Amino acid sequence: MRLEYFQLIDRIVDLNLAGLTIRCEATVPTASTIFEGHFPGYPLMPGVLLIETMAQTSGWLVVAANRFERMPFLAAVKDAKLRTFVAPGQVLSISAELKHEGSGYAVTEASIAANGKSVCDATLTFSVVAFPNAEMNKRMRDAAANIGFPMGAPADG
Amino acid sequence: MSSTFDTIASIIAETCDIPRESIKPDSHAINDLGIDSLDFLDIAFAIDKAFGIKLPLEQWTQEVNDGKATTDQYFVLKNLSTRIDELVAAKGA
Repeated sequence: MRLEYFQLIDRIVDLNLAGLTIRCEATVPTASTIFEGHFPGYPLMPGVLLIETMAQTSGWLVVAANRFERMPFLAAVKDAKLRTFVAPGQVLSISAELKHEGSGYAVTEASIAANGKSVCDATLTFSVVAFPNAEMNKRMRDAAANIGFPMGAPADG
Repeated sequence: MSSTFDTIASIIAETCDIPRESIKPDSHAINDLGIDSLDFLDIAFAIDKAFGIKLPLEQWTQEVNDGKATTDQYFVLKNLSTRIDELVAAKGA
């Protein structure tokens, strides 16, 4: 994870397009400027970044389902529950399932676990639109390759 | 149509916290009920699930933007009910 750059996913562990599920992993950094303010003397991964981590995991699943032709943008967060604190250095397992793909939108259910214990979960809605430009599409493909996205069939098939 | 309308009205009432009795067949979802695009995503999700269809929102939006259709055709609830009935029938055909 590079919190300051919103790079919150380290690797895709499993991407199942038949079951419409994904699992990613990420390690919370031991040092970040964010921890200087959140909180002084008691560093914690901000809950909003945990939600963003679930959104990015869901996002890769939606991107895969749309074969890199469309881009999901987070539109709504429902029933978000932050169940426990996350400290620097913890390894997170992030899962998401695509519950519905509508016309121009998608709904996922996502969760994070650490050490086998539930950290947080939420239902996320995305607006799914054509990539705004070719540059963004290329950068997304590059980012995907860097985190182990299976670039064969889902990306280009 | 009436049972389709009743289902839609119940979805809108629950999703948008609008009194059920104020939702009429002639109500325009946007102009009369004040439903915005984000709330309409929730409604579309609930309608998709309830009827086992996929509302073609992008196609409808494109048709309105291109001047080929009016919002009344899709967002006046009695018309939306008819569109849903057509989609359900097409699915079963």
